Amino acid sequence: MKCKAMEKEINKWATFLVENELAQLRSNFTDKSAGLAQIKFRLSEQGTNTRKHLKSEIMKLDTSGLESFSTLTAPGDDVVGEFSAPPSFQLPNSNDFDGFVKEAIQMVKPAKGTTTLAFIFKDGVIVAADSRASMGGYIYSVKKIIEINPYMLGTMAGGAADCQFWHRNLGIKCRLHELANKRRISVTGASKLLANILYSYRGMGLSVGTMIAGWDETGPSLYYVDSEGGRLKGTRFSVGSGSPYAYGVLDNGYRYDLSVEEAVELGRRAIYHATFRDGASGGVVSVYHVGPEGWKKWTGDDVGDLHYQYYPVVPSTVEQEMVEATGA
Amino acid sequence: MECVFGLVGNGFAIVVADTSAVHSILVHKSNEDKIMVLDSHKLIAASGEPGDRVQFTEYIQKNVALYQFRNGIPLTTAAAANFTRGELATALRKNPYFVNVLLAGYDKETGPSLYYIDYIATMHKVDKGAFGYGSYFSLSMMDRHYHSGMSVEEAIDLVDKCIMEIRSRLVVAPPNFVIKIVDKDGARQYAWRESVKDAPVPSA
Repeated sequence: MKCKAMEKEINKWATFLVENELAQLRSNFTDKSAGLAQIKFRLSEQGTNTRKHLKSEIMKLDTSGLESFSTLTAPGDDVVGEFSAPPSFQLPNSNDFDGFVKEAIQMVKPAKGTTTLAFIFKDGVIVAADSRASMGGYIYSVKKIIEINPYMLGTMAGGAADCQFWHRNLGIKCRLHELANKRRISVTGASKLLANILYSYRGMGLSVGTMIAGWDETGPSLYYVDSEGGRLKGTRFSVGSGSPYAYGVLDNGYRYDLSVEEAVELGRRAIYHATFRDGASGGVVSVYHVGPEGWKKWTGDDVGDLHYQYYPVVPSTVEQEMVEATGA
Repeated sequence: MECVFGLVGNGFAIVVADTSAVHSILVHKSNEDKIMVLDSHKLIAASGEPGDRVQFTEYIQKNVALYQFRNGIPLTTAAAANFTRGELATALRKNPYFVNVLLAGYDKETGPSLYYIDYIATMHKVDKGAFGYGSYFSLSMMDRHYHSGMSVEEAIDLVDKCIMEIRSRLVVAPPNFVIKIVDKDGARQYAWRESVKDAPVPSA
C-alpha cells in the first residue's frame, strides 16, 4: 500500500520545508537559547509531521481549523517562495515548556461545571442548559447553547473558549459543505466532522463535552461528542457536573409522545433540579426546541424565580412567638 | 467494565460484547453496538477508550474495503488480523490506540477463526478469548465447558452461562449484551440479551 518513490518525494519536500523553517527561525531569534528551544520544538513537530505524511495511513493532525481563510496574501512574502509554511502557532517563551503544557491541561480538565441536556421526542429535539460559568471563586453567566446554523444547535460544557471556537469552526465547515454540495449537511455528518477534529487533538488539553442536535432529512437527531474523541448517537443525553441530577428527573418524566409545551417544561424542570443540587450549575435556564423548520428559543428563566414558582412559600404556623417584655 | 468475549465452534465463530457507553459513573447509553462488521465474513469486537475504539475500527474497516476494491478479492481473516496488529504496533511508540480487539472471521479454505489482539499489539490465534473485567468470569467458564466442534445451540448456551455469571458476580455489570455470529453464510447479528430496556420509540 505504500509507494517507495512517493516516499522519497515526500521526504525530499519535507527536508526542504524543514530547512527553510530553520532559516526563518534563525533570522527571527537573536536570543540564542530561546531560538534553540524553538528550533528543537519545530524540528520534533516537523519530524512527527513528516512521518505522519509518509505513513499516510496514520491519522494526520487536522490543522484545517487553524487555516486562515484569507490565504490570498501578496506574493513575495519572505517565507518559502510559492510554498507556504505548514500551519503552526506561536509558542510561549518559557524554560519548562512541557511543564507549562501539563499545567495548562490540568487547569482546564475539571472545568465541566455545568448542566446541559437534550432529548428527542415526537416533535423534534429539546435542548436545555443552565448558564453558570465559574473561574475560581468568581461566577458569571454565559450562553451555553450555540447556534451552529438555523437548524442545528450545539451545547457547551467544558472549556468555554474551546466550545465556542470549535462550534463556530463547525458552522463554517457546514456552510462550506452546503455551498459545495448544494444541500444541507446532515447532523450525522456535522457531528462526525467535529468528532474527527477533536480526536486529532486528543491528549493536548482540549476540554469539550458537547451535544449536536438538529433536524435533517432523516428527522430529528442527537449526537454526543467529547474531547476524548467519543461520539454517541442517542435519544437522551445530559452532560456536565449536574448531569446525574438532571438524568433522574429527565428519565422519569420522559415519554416519546410529549407535546412541545410538556417537553419544554420537562427540560426546564430537569435543569432546575440539577442547579438546585449542583454548586457549579445555576443562573438562567435556556430551553430551545428544534423542529422541522429550525430551532426556536422557548424560555429563559432565572432558577431562583423558578424555585419559588415550583415551591411557593407556605406560611407555616408559629408555635411560640417572642413578644416584647412589657415594662420591667 | 467493558466485557468482550468470543469462541470458535463447528463452522462458525461467535463474539459477544456488552452494550453500555459509560463515562465515569454515568451510563450514557445501553445500546451501543461495539461489534463492527468488517466485511461480509468478518467481525471485529473492540473495547477500550471510546474515541479510539470507533476511529480505529472504522479505519481498519475502510482499509479492508480498499484492499478489496483494489485487488478484486477480499482479505483472509489472518491477513486482516495481521494488518490490524501491524497498525497497532506502528502507532504504539508514537500515538498509541487503547483498543483491545477480538477479530472473528470465516474463510472458505480454512473455516472459522478467532484472533485476540491486545492494545500493545499482541496477537494470538485462539479458540476462545475475552477482554475486560468480564474476562475474569467468562474465561474460566469457557475453559470448563468448551470443546472443539460445538454446535450453535451449545455455543449460545455457553455464552448465556457466561453472561449470567458476569451479571451475578461483577459489581458494575453491564445490563445488556449483543451476540454476533459469523459462518459460511456471512457475518450477522444473532441476538441481544437485554435486562434493561430503554423507553420505547416508535420507528419511523
